[in-house]
Amino acid sequence: MPVDRFPVEAGHVLLFARSIGDLNPLYTDPDAAAEAGLDGVVAPPTFVQASAQFMEGYPLRPEPGKPWFGSGSTPSGLSKARAADEGSGSGSGRGGGGTGLHAEQRFEYHRPIVAGDVLTSTTRTGESWTKQGRRGGNLRFTELITEYRDQNGDLVVTATGVSVATERVVEQEGS
Amino acid sequence: MTVSVEVGETREEVLVDDLTRTQIVQYAGASGDYNPLHTDEVFATKVAGYPTVFAHGMLTMGITGRLITDWLGAANLTAYGARFVAQVWPGDALTATATVDAVREEDGQRYADLSIVTRNQRGEKVLTGTATARVG
Repeated sequence: MPVDRFPVEAGHVLLFARSIGDLNPLYTDPDAAAEAGLDGVVAPPTFVQASAQFMEGYPLRPEPGKPWFGSGSTPSGLSKARAADEGSGSGSGRGGGGTGLHAEQRFEYHRPIVAGDVLTSTTRTGESWTKQGRRGGNLRFTELITEYRDQNGDLVVTATGVSVATERVVEQEGS
Repeated sequence: MTVSVEVGETREEVLVDDLTRTQIVQYAGASGDYNPLHTDEVFATKVAGYPTVFAHGMLTMGITGRLITDWLGAANLTAYGARFVAQVWPGDALTATATVDAVREEDGQRYADLSIVTRNQRGEKVLTGTATARVG
C-alpha cells in the first residue's frame, strides 16, 4: 500500500512479533540484534503489511467521527446508514461479497528491515484475471505490487498481493 | 549467520494449538487491519453471514513464517510467498511443514528454495507457500 512515511519502530516490531506468537530475540531484544551485527531489531517477514498503520485513509481502520462498518448500536454502522438512506435493511453486508478477500501474498527481500529504518512505498496494479469459482460466480483476481524503499531510496522489499472479488456472495462451505 | 541444509530435508512445527479470538484481535491491532470480519463477532455473523470471525490470511502467513526463520535465521530470507487456500477459525490448531526443494549457488552465495504447507487439526491445507533463504 502507498505510504509516505513508515517509520519502523522497535515497539511496533515487538507488538507485531507478539501478535504472530513469535518472540524471536532478533525481533524483540535490541541487544540480541546488536550481537548479531544488526543495527536494530529485525522486522518479521510479513511486517511491512503493518504499513497500513501509516496509510492515510486506510479503509480498514476506524477514523474518529466517521461511520464505521463494524458493530455498535446496530450489527453494522453502515447497515444503519444504508437503511436510513434506502429505507431498507438489506442484509448482505461487506466482506461476504462485494469486497476483495486476500488470496495470495508474496514478498521479495532485498535486505532485512530493522528498527530505525524509515520506509516509503509506492503501489501499482499488476496482472488481473478471472476464474470460474467452485461455489458460484466468477472470481476476479487483481495483483497489487508495492515497493518499499528505505531512507536512502534503496529498494528493501517488493510485496505482491493478490486479492479476489466474487461477483456474488459466496455460500459458506458446511453452513 | 547461515545454516547448511540439503535437498529433501524437512521440518515440521506446531505453530498454534488453539487459535484464540484474542490473538486475531492482537494481530489486527499490530498490523492495522481492523476489518470487522476478523475482530467483530456480531458483524461477522449477523452482517457477513460467517459462522464466526476468522483469522487474517496475513496472520496465518505471519505465524507460518516462524518455521522458516527458526530454522534458517530471521535475517536470511530473500523471498516468502503464500496462498491462502482455506479460512482459519478460532480454535484451529496449525502445523506447518517445510521441505528443501533445491539448494543452488548464485554469485558465490548459496540459497535454499523451500515449499511450505500449513494444515489445520483436520489435516486440511490452509496455506501453501514457498520461501528462499541464504544458507551456508
